[in-house]
Amino acid sequence: MREKLEKIKQESIEALENVNNLQQLEELRIKYLGKKGDLTQVLRGMGALSAEERPIVGQLANEIRDYINEKIEHTEYCLKRRELENRLRDEFIDVTMPSNKKELGNRHPITKVLDEVKDIFIGMGFSIVEGPEIEKVYYNFDALNVSKFHPARDMQDTFYITEDILLRTQTSPMQARIMEKNQPPIRIIVPGRVYRADEIDATHSPMFHQIEGLVVDKGITMANLKGTLDVFAKELYGDTIKTKFRPHHFPFTEPSAEMDCSCVACGGVGCRVCKGEGWIEVLGAGMVHPNVLRQCGIDPEVYSGFAFGIGLDRIAMLKYDIDDLRLMFENDKRFLSQF
Amino acid sequence: MLVPVKWLKDYVDINVDIKTFADAMTMSGSKVEAVEEMGKEIDNVVVGKILKVDRHPDADKLVITQIDVGNETIQIVTGATNIKEGDYIPVAQNGSSLPGGVKIKKGKLRGIESNGMLCSAQELSIPLDNLPPELLDGIYILDKEYPLGMDIKEVLGLNDAVIDFEITNNRPDCLSMIGIAREAAATLGEKLKYPEIVVAENDENISNYVSIDVQNEELCPRYTARVVKNVKIQASPGWMQDRLLKSGVRPINNIVDITNYVMIEMGQPMHAFDLDKLAGKKIIVRNAKEGEKLTTLDEVERTLSESMLVISDQDRAIAIAGIMGSSNSEIDESTKTLVFEGANFQAVNIRLSSKKLGLRTEASSRYEKGIDAELAEKALERACNLVQLLGAGEVVGGKKDIYSVPKQSKHIKLDTERARKFIGADISTEMMKEYLESLEFSVDSNFNVTVPTFRDDVEIEADLIEEVVRIYGYENIPSSLMDTTFTQGGKSYNQKLVDRAKDILTAQGLFEVYTYSFVSPGVFNKINLKAENPMRNAIKLINPLGEDQSIMRTTMIPNIMEVIARNYNKKIEDGQFFELSKVYLTEKLPLSDLAEEREVLTIGMYGNIDFFDLKGKVENLMEELNIKTYRILSSNHDSLHPGRTAELIINNKRIGWLGEVHPDVLDNYGVPVRAFMAELNFDEIINQSNPEIKYRSLPKYPSVSRDIAVVVNEEITAGQIEEIIKNKGGKTVEDVKLFDIYRGSQIENGYKSMAYAITYRSDEKTLTEEEISKVHNKILNSLANQVGAILRQ
Repeated sequence: MREKLEKIKQESIEALENVNNLQQLEELRIKYLGKKGDLTQVLRGMGALSAEERPIVGQLANEIRDYINEKIEHTEYCLKRRELENRLRDEFIDVTMPSNKKELGNRHPITKVLDEVKDIFIGMGFSIVEGPEIEKVYYNFDALNVSKFHPARDMQDTFYITEDILLRTQTSPMQARIMEKNQPPIRIIVPGRVYRADEIDATHSPMFHQIEGLVVDKGITMANLKGTLDVFAKELYGDTIKTKFRPHHFPFTEPSAEMDCSCVACGGVGCRVCKGEGWIEVLGAGMVHPNVLRQCGIDPEVYSGFAFGIGLDRIAMLKYDIDDLRLMFENDKRFLSQF
Repeated sequence: MLVPVKWLKDYVDINVDIKTFADAMTMSGSKVEAVEEMGKEIDNVVVGKILKVDRHPDADKLVITQIDVGNETIQIVTGATNIKEGDYIPVAQNGSSLPGGVKIKKGKLRGIESNGMLCSAQELSIPLDNLPPELLDGIYILDKEYPLGMDIKEVLGLNDAVIDFEITNNRPDCLSMIGIAREAAATLGEKLKYPEIVVAENDENISNYVSIDVQNEELCPRYTARVVKNVKIQASPGWMQDRLLKSGVRPINNIVDITNYVMIEMGQPMHAFDLDKLAGKKIIVRNAKEGEKLTTLDEVERTLSESMLVISDQDRAIAIAGIMGSSNSEIDESTKTLVFEGANFQAVNIRLSSKKLGLRTEASSRYEKGIDAELAEKALERACNLVQLLGAGEVVGGKKDIYSVPKQSKHIKLDTERARKFIGADISTEMMKEYLESLEFSVDSNFNVTVPTFRDDVEIEADLIEEVVRIYGYENIPSSLMDTTFTQGGKSYNQKLVDRAKDILTAQGLFEVYTYSFVSPGVFNKINLKAENPMRNAIKLINPLGEDQSIMRTTMIPNIMEVIARNYNKKIEDGQFFELSKVYLTEKLPLSDLAEEREVLTIGMYGNIDFFDLKGKVENLMEELNIKTYRILSSNHDSLHPGRTAELIINNKRIGWLGEVHPDVLDNYGVPVRAFMAELNFDEIINQSNPEIKYRSLPKYPSVSRDIAVVVNEEITAGQIEEIIKNKGGKTVEDVKLFDIYRGSQIENGYKSMAYAITYRSDEKTLTEEEISKVHNKILNSLANQVGAILRQ
């Protein structure tokens, strides 16, 4: 009996070493440990043993069963690992192959820059309002202290719908509309489309975009105008940008100014973008003209304010280094997808 | 305004380099557009005299010249054909430099030694615009003998710079040398030096020569005149020609040059009439007669109207006042006696007349900006002073000056304390006074400021503050931020919704486009709109750039079709676009009040897609904007495929259309592939959107799914079936999904089999088989009753 058991053990060791897959392993488990397996067969013959031998052989049989069991489990573990390793090896993919990404759309570059500008001014306490593009001559010119004979009113500069109604040439009419309806403090920006009778070329378009700004309150100073617009320029183009304010003339502000930024392309040494000047004209601004305040029912003895107008298309062109305004309105997908 | 710097230095000392000067002027309000330093790159080019010209032995087109350059005689080989012995010419010697970085070195030309180059006007970068024609080609032959070896820059005035100033239209006083000099003096802290004007008259009396009658003093507030006799018409001297040329004016003869010189120097347009050509020796300033004809100096016959002011003699008009003279009274070589006019005309009338005539001249463009009436007489005196300086004639005693209402100076009080606060800079009262006085304002001890008569633009205290602050320097004002506690900035709900919509659309692959608000009236036919479609009622521009941009759009479908066509034509395989912008509507034409400017979302797509891709994008937009109650139903639209058009309904309101573009429309735009388009009223979408989001608890009880397949007539839509299932199922139907449509051998023609998965779930308990079956059967019955659906076993 003992020899039989030892033989089973030897056999099983050899058999397990040759097992290649889980199915073979299962077959061996049944062969040795199953109800009709070799070991069970041997144990059934235990009755023929003497009373002294029986426990000794029984113990040996148990040891051998445990041993085989353990061996099977170990082999199973090894087989599973090997199988997994094989699978992982087989499942290799070339991760450099093209992805299944879906094409995303995009905001128009003018919207992108406008969004940035809005955020900058919201951060300084401004609200955003919009106004009519088909506007009354009164708001576009008269309320803004533009004289009856100012050349900007000419048909060759301004699109008219009737004698009294036009396509606004600037976002400034909203200055008057806002001041008529609201008492200070006022702090707004007005983005929108504006229209002038310019033929289309690389830098002109009969339709373009402006952002008007208006601040009215007690104690607003020219220093505030400079500070606010300097922050705007630095937030939009980066901290290294320098600003320069020059006297200029607009009918609805006094004193008036233009703001130049150091060239965003060359940093101010002079290049193609700034035509060698080192500076680029970015916006017009000024202290709200007392006549305009008065016309809108705000007492210039009590309140003061400043206003500014930014050419949105132009600052977008500068920001993205776009050299032709027409691209903005041609809407070529290869252009739009770059932003 | 072109300003030759050497000329400017007659009136103000400029002791800084040209760049510093230009920058300072820009910062004080006279913006420098460009600086041209004329002879900057020219070095070692001198006056030479041609002693001898010999043929080149080996080249037909070359000659050998011997040139005296003062200290030596040098040999130069040249191809020039316009030179002869005795000519004085510019010589670039060995080692000299010319504009454009050209270096001249000695060398051999066809074997003959050449020690330099003779120069043309072009090689010296002399502006060719106003040069006499004989100087345009070949070597620049000097007009007279100059010391040999003299620097050519001295001779030709090339050691000068010309600054181009941009003058804003509120400052016509700066359209003159003296105006710019005044600004320069204030900017640099120098003194302005007026030219010394002395006129020596003879002892005759002007009244014996001419009489002046101003019949409309409103349009001609001042008319001054002087007579010059024994006029000698000839070329003006080189210095005057040089100054005029650099200012962009072509020299003509001494008298015309004097009038131009005075205009540039002082800003007052001048005119000279040949007195012998004036009938009755009379000058009458009057309104033109309606239909009166006059041939102006440009040889065009003009028909005048009554609103225009003319200068006339006894019989006929001799000039359109302030705009242009006539050949009938023009100065010419035979002129012996002349009348100088220094007049002031009303700006608005000049502007209107000039516009009406379509005739804009240097004089009219100055008059229409407004000229100080005080200037007329000063300019007249200056013209006569120059006549004497040039020896061009004899000034007759006395002058005419019709000036019944002399111009009054304005007085404005400046509150210096308030000015400081307004500016936000600590500028002392003394400095304010100094700045104002440097610009010829006078200031008394109470800061009552007298405005000089040439400053019509200064009307109120804010204008004075601007004068102070621009001389103080904008760059010296500190930068300070405002207190942010007074206003709370931010975006409105509507503005946030627009942002959100753009997020949703771009995330679904759509590109935002910007197109023009005005379109051609032809677009309505192009997009197939029927004649009675109200969208054809577009607002028209009176003065469009062209027919193609003459009406305000009422729909963006044409714009988006253009975008699709343009991209398709560029061989771009697919494209998905949207514009979220305005259309312009009105119920009443012509427009009497503002239009309705409606925010519209238009989507256009082409490529490997179908209607349901477009529908999905619209649905995603609705769901992301938290609009729950929308429906998409079969509809029609002139521009869309009649079998593939839907409308979007929210709360029984039609918000817009979506569908496949009509093949005719595609044809009209030259697009041979299918395209899809939606146009939605975004203002209405904003109204219908729900800002409130409320969490609904996650399901606690299991769901059960049952599949059904029903056979229905082809006319029955998926929407109808789904609606019945949802209605009958009530709260227990969680979801309905169409997963198959079958048409084929087992289904009768004209019918289709629709397979749905219905998911049942209750929020309150686990549903029993019985409960589910009850609802399920109710659904099946309704389907059978309402749309004749037969359950397919």
